[in-house]
Amino acid sequence: MIKTIHFMLNGQPKRLVIDRERMLLWVLRTDFGLTGAKYGCGEGLCGACSVLINNEAVRSCQLPVEEVNGKEIVTIEGLARKGRLHPLQKAFVKHDALQCGFCTPGMVLTAYSLLIKNPRPTLEQITDAMDENLCRCGSHQRIIRAIQEAIGDMKGGEML
Amino acid sequence: MKKYDSLELDFHDIELAFPLSRRAFMRLMGGGLFIFFCLGNPLAAQQQPRQRRLRQNLPSDFNAFLRIGEDGRVSCFTGKIEMGQGIITSLAQILADELEVPLDSVDMVMGDTALCPWDMGTFGSMSTRFFGPPLRAAAAEARAVLIELAAEYLQTSSSQLTVEAGVIFHTSQSKKRVTYAQLTKGKRIARRLTRKAVLEKASEFTIVGVPVTRRDAEEKITGKAKFAGDIREPDMMYARIVRPPAHDAKLIRVDTSAVKKIKGAWLIEDDDLVAVLHEDPELAEEALRQIKAQWMKPLATVDETTIFDHLVKVAPEGQVVSQRGNLAEGKRISKSVVEHTYFDGYVAHAPIETHTALAKVKGDKATIWASTQTPFRLQEEAAATLGFPVEHVRVITPFVGGGFGGKTRNQQAVEAARLAKLSGKPVQVAWTRAEEFFYDTFRPAAIVKIKAGFNGSGLITLWDYGVYYAGERGASHFYNIPHHRTMAYGDGWRGTPGSHPFKTGAWRAPGNNTNTFARESHIDILAAQAGIDSLEFRLKNLKDKKMIRVLKAAARKFGWRSSKAPSGRGWGIATGIDAGTYVAHMAEVEVDKNTGNVHVKRVVCAQDMGLCINPEGAAIQIEGCITMGLGYTLSEEIHFKGGEIFDLNFDTYEIPKFSWLPKIETVIIDDKKAPPQGGGEPPIICTGGVVANAIYDAIGVRIFQLPMNPERIKQALS
Repeated sequence: MIKTIHFMLNGQPKRLVIDRERMLLWVLRTDFGLTGAKYGCGEGLCGACSVLINNEAVRSCQLPVEEVNGKEIVTIEGLARKGRLHPLQKAFVKHDALQCGFCTPGMVLTAYSLLIKNPRPTLEQITDAMDENLCRCGSHQRIIRAIQEAIGDMKGGEML
Repeated sequence: MKKYDSLELDFHDIELAFPLSRRAFMRLMGGGLFIFFCLGNPLAAQQQPRQRRLRQNLPSDFNAFLRIGEDGRVSCFTGKIEMGQGIITSLAQILADELEVPLDSVDMVMGDTALCPWDMGTFGSMSTRFFGPPLRAAAAEARAVLIELAAEYLQTSSSQLTVEAGVIFHTSQSKKRVTYAQLTKGKRIARRLTRKAVLEKASEFTIVGVPVTRRDAEEKITGKAKFAGDIREPDMMYARIVRPPAHDAKLIRVDTSAVKKIKGAWLIEDDDLVAVLHEDPELAEEALRQIKAQWMKPLATVDETTIFDHLVKVAPEGQVVSQRGNLAEGKRISKSVVEHTYFDGYVAHAPIETHTALAKVKGDKATIWASTQTPFRLQEEAAATLGFPVEHVRVITPFVGGGFGGKTRNQQAVEAARLAKLSGKPVQVAWTRAEEFFYDTFRPAAIVKIKAGFNGSGLITLWDYGVYYAGERGASHFYNIPHHRTMAYGDGWRGTPGSHPFKTGAWRAPGNNTNTFARESHIDILAAQAGIDSLEFRLKNLKDKKMIRVLKAAARKFGWRSSKAPSGRGWGIATGIDAGTYVAHMAEVEVDKNTGNVHVKRVVCAQDMGLCINPEGAAIQIEGCITMGLGYTLSEEIHFKGGEIFDLNFDTYEIPKFSWLPKIETVIIDDKKAPPQGGGEPPIICTGGVVANAIYDAIGVRIFQLPMNPERIKQALS
């Protein structure tokens, strides 16, 4: 059965015709050429494929694309607005919160999702929210520092 | 924040006709000043003989180090690759410092076999140690040439000239000035690096030694950074390959008739290679599922518990790594002799990016984009497989999503090249996580047997050490022991025929994790039996001033107070040497006796790596090593039966997470007079030992096998 779905992708309206179950990750990476969301494990265990669906971090390797019908998707490519980095992105750069950079898009978007729900998370809440996102290079300590710094930036109202 | 506008071009997709002649290379690059080097000159001389042997049959037309363009920008060409370790920043720092140009005017061109000088690969913490010095010399050469040109241009003598930020000016007449860009404009100057250049003194460094932010950070936080799997070519196909259920299984029968049910799927069968291609990666997977293959598995003889006896049994005769004195005499003068055996299981590299490659074959030439630590080795492997001359294969290395030694092997890229040739289409092979675990070249299981003794004054008098299958790296001790012998059995991480049931390989600081765990555990056991504090015992038995200095630096930062173990505090020490760098770790742990759970609360690492190029980069590597090290220390272990691997994803193979994170503190002893040493591996070697010793200090129980998971802790307690 052929179906047409509509959704917003990084602020742009998009239309997609689907004739079978497809996972969002591959639609993003092949149909739309948005390669910021990464394949890491294919089972939702690592978080490298995380994207925002209505501001919630979701593992796109596990999400059938028809479920995004009528929703708003933001990928890492859509986080900076008009060439201006989001405060979380700036904080990741400032604190060297990355090494190989492969898990980074998923980390940034998961942190974004946390801060939308909870603008002032404690260290424990940050750890909890980020715990299922895997980083093999060991940038964890700096990722936490970056998130904490971005919390500070929220006070200026610039954040979200 | 600085913008590096031109950095996006680093892994340039410039279309070029290769192989390039020197003239074509210079034409392609535009004008400017080029510094070339010849084989047999500084880079080769830096390499060890075994690695030098690998350099036979290499193209030697030209190898450029650097170019100063007509726009004054500097390009650095290196066969090294960036996989997170940060050399895209630190090598640029070296170059900028020596050339006296701003850091942001340096562009790095990395891991492209058509453009960069031959390189054996990015591993062994060698980039800064071995590529740094010749790079620095090339930069010094370039600066000297520019000064000569400037002297001519300004009609003065070179001795009157000085350089700052890419501008050469007269020391007393500041109006007499010329920029690098002005000097190279409209020119094509090629120089060979022949003489040993006079290098800047450490006191003159302006960029080296100053913390700077990663130059690739912005690309990586915006999703712009391209990894091998992100490269797109017109008409490309995604491949999925039929895989065996166990290593060395034989394909008996394969039924591919149902593949045609998937529209657009191509079936490729070529000897042992059975694959499907599709322009949609999910349909490629769907097509693969249509294939029914029957395999015959070899008889499984070993698993993760019986492997240790097996390895000791099949081990060849040992090699003496180091020795002194007489073991019998050592035993005679010892008051007490302690003997133990230590065990270490197979560990996976598990980078978050799986092995990935895209290959394109046109006529008798191939281009391969690959996640690899060894682009030049891949170039040779692919050429041999395709039957092409080596120079007809170009390997381009985009950003690599973690390697840790695992991506020194390029099976996925050779598969992609084969499929691209057979199909005539560009083909991407991106391993699934299960394939990544299955084909990983694991860190080998290993055994260490130690017999050691001490006398009435708490001095170590005997050290009889034998390591099986971990290799020599880190096997020799550095304590002051009159009678000792260190033996290595089996050929390091490569294994010997009939030893490991699957491939093993180099894993971050190969061998040294196992050796340091065993040695430092045993030293602690001796200290406890002698009734002496662990730090005091080590200092008493050390003569190596550098080691004493790092130990004391760690102790100061940690706030170590003397006590006999087990003190109940959960404090531990371990120390070691790797890739020329000295490290000393101290840690505090908490052990839950009911669950067997170990929480590492705090780790201090002091490190002496000689001249430190980028202190921030070094600190990041230390933090990364400690965090990653907690995995092999506490949870990571491959379960298997013969060639069948049971851990195929992160559900059963648990790597360190945010909730495991200790407080990490680093002390870098920056010895500006000493040459730079390795940074990406040394701080991982102590994690097993420091945690084992801290666990003993906490609960009075000694664990002899890594990982020290809850089951092993509970078993040891009961």
